[in-house]
Amino acid sequence: MTTTSTNRGAGTFSRRLGVGWIGLVPFSVYALLFLGIPAVLAVASGFFTSDGAFTFANFTAFGDPVIQKDFVGSVGLSAAAAVGGAIGGALVCYALLGMNPEGWLRTVVDSASSVLAQFGGVMLAFAFIATVGNQGVLTLILESFLGANSITSPIYTVPGLTLVYLYFEIPLMVLTFMPALEALKPTWGEAVATLGGTRWTYWRRVGFPVLAPAFFGCMILLFANAFSSYATAAALISQGGIWPLDIQRALTSETVIGHENVAGVIALGMVVVMIVLMSVYGVLQRRASRWER
Amino acid sequence: MKKRLLAGAAVLAVAAFTLSACATGTASSGSTDSGSVKTLSLAEAQAATSAADFGGQAGLVAAANKEGHLNVITLPPSWANYGKIIQGFEKKYPKIQINSENPDGSSADEVAAAKAQRGQSTAPDVFDIGTAVMNQNLELFAPYKVATWGDIPADFKDAGGLWYYDYTGLMSVGYDTKKFPKGISSIDDLLGSKFKNAVAIKGDPTQANEAASAVYMAALQSSGSADDIQPGIDFFQKLKSAGNFLSTLPTQATVASGETPVVIQWSFNNVAWGPAAGSAGNPNWKTVVLPGSGLGSYYNQTINKEAPNPAAARLWEEYIYTPAVQNLYLAAGAYPAQLTAMETAKTVDAATLKKVGAAPKDFVQLNSDQAAAAAKLLSAKWSAAVG
Repeated sequence: MTTTSTNRGAGTFSRRLGVGWIGLVPFSVYALLFLGIPAVLAVASGFFTSDGAFTFANFTAFGDPVIQKDFVGSVGLSAAAAVGGAIGGALVCYALLGMNPEGWLRTVVDSASSVLAQFGGVMLAFAFIATVGNQGVLTLILESFLGANSITSPIYTVPGLTLVYLYFEIPLMVLTFMPALEALKPTWGEAVATLGGTRWTYWRRVGFPVLAPAFFGCMILLFANAFSSYATAAALISQGGIWPLDIQRALTSETVIGHENVAGVIALGMVVVMIVLMSVYGVLQRRASRWER
Repeated sequence: MKKRLLAGAAVLAVAAFTLSACATGTASSGSTDSGSVKTLSLAEAQAATSAADFGGQAGLVAAANKEGHLNVITLPPSWANYGKIIQGFEKKYPKIQINSENPDGSSADEVAAAKAQRGQSTAPDVFDIGTAVMNQNLELFAPYKVATWGDIPADFKDAGGLWYYDYTGLMSVGYDTKKFPKGISSIDDLLGSKFKNAVAIKGDPTQANEAASAVYMAALQSSGSADDIQPGIDFFQKLKSAGNFLSTLPTQATVASGETPVVIQWSFNNVAWGPAAGSAGNPNWKTVVLPGSGLGSYYNQTINKEAPNPAAARLWEEYIYTPAVQNLYLAAGAYPAQLTAMETAKTVDAATLKKVGAAPKDFVQLNSDQAAAAAKLLSAKWSAAVG
């Protein structure tokens, strides 16, 4: 009986697949054309000279102290933005948990998060320049008390970018982490209480262990998001300091000529970092999904 | 099923081939209705080396009118008066529409666009290009000599007509007189505490020629030379440790808002962002070229070898080298290549020349070896100096 039903299930599945794959075609073609092929072309360019001959010489770029320093800058910035965004976003989620899921506050925060998580690039840079830049509104108000030119705005440095990135990282965390928090069943809390545990026992023994994979998975997503951000940084710091800006420099330089293909090598480095992170994310996600069912 | 798909693909391929054949066909057809002037095929027009190949200026205009388009690239409206220059062309030749692509891009972007859009109707027709990038890509250009070829000094052009100097600025310091009423008389003034968070350059010198030129200028001003730009890097390191260096990328908007109160850049850009820009500019913006060795760098004109609008491209060059347009460069503070000939022929706008100031008798321009050495030093030292 059990065997029959399993067989039938499998049969239905494969017959559905027979027609179902057509539905996947538009997305697959889209992903191939706009993600797969460009990524392969970009990375492949790192293996050629500007004349088209095969070479490994471009990999010497990884020995360049500037590229190395900027790698540290990129990873440091992304890690700081990811940790800050994850903690900040988790706290917002926790606060929202006590709200009525259909209430106006939840609705407002949810929709604001979906908008702000996508708010990046030159517009975001401009928003920060206008408020806390060297001539920003808040800076000028503060300087009217502290004296002219007394404040140096931090947003034009690589560490200062963390502050700017948090503006889209926290909402992204709220969006991705909220489902995990909502999956915590109230019955678990009641069970802990029945067995004589405190609220702290509940979080220490049940809440944190259950949420940890989702939390760290989201954090990796935030890292990847910050790691690949380019436009905001390009608008705020013109002197380089992170890998996406190094790629731009290699591609468009008017002074240091003939290094276009170094961009491919840096892109490969970024892809490797992302593959490592996404694999870790995949493993964590599989563990997390066990609790979300 | 598979066969039918293949057949469909084949039909599409044939259709595409026929269509592209049509596209090339239109350029070469129509030899009957053009009257006395010569009509050239696309390939012939792409190989034309002077207006005479079109049967004179009238023939060139007719051919360009027939093309109806001109693709220019990386010409910001506020850069060396290009806004007015483009408007003037459209007014003079109303049948030709100018598509201005990627106005804020770099010389390297021009080359990348020419390569990426090769054979397409959107490819750039003409380039306004820096010397270093140009020398690496000479195979992309078509030789052409404008009617006023003799007015361009011999060392300002390739003898074969592949490229020709157009204009140069001088590296200058622009500043807000309201913030700094005492003015700036030497580059070391900028190290003073009044200039905290004030001094910006046009990007990363290992990337942008204009930013690199700011470093070269600083070198010339502080005991360096075209062969030794280290003092320039040292200057910016001092500027950075004094807290005066701004890493904001200056634009006309940041100058108007006061975000970048001092900008070291080409004189024509400082002039264009000041009172000359009217309400969009900063009325208190002053441009000074510091005394001592000046630094300039000619930008070149070249034509894309595979220009989709070869006649319009050549007409654009003829237009650029008319005294009227060369005077427009001058009005923006950029010294045009034909200035000396125009002074002799009295076609230069005397009032403008008086306002801008006579062209400096000598200024330093890095030759390609010096530029390559400077770039090497910059890529090794710059990041550490201001990082």
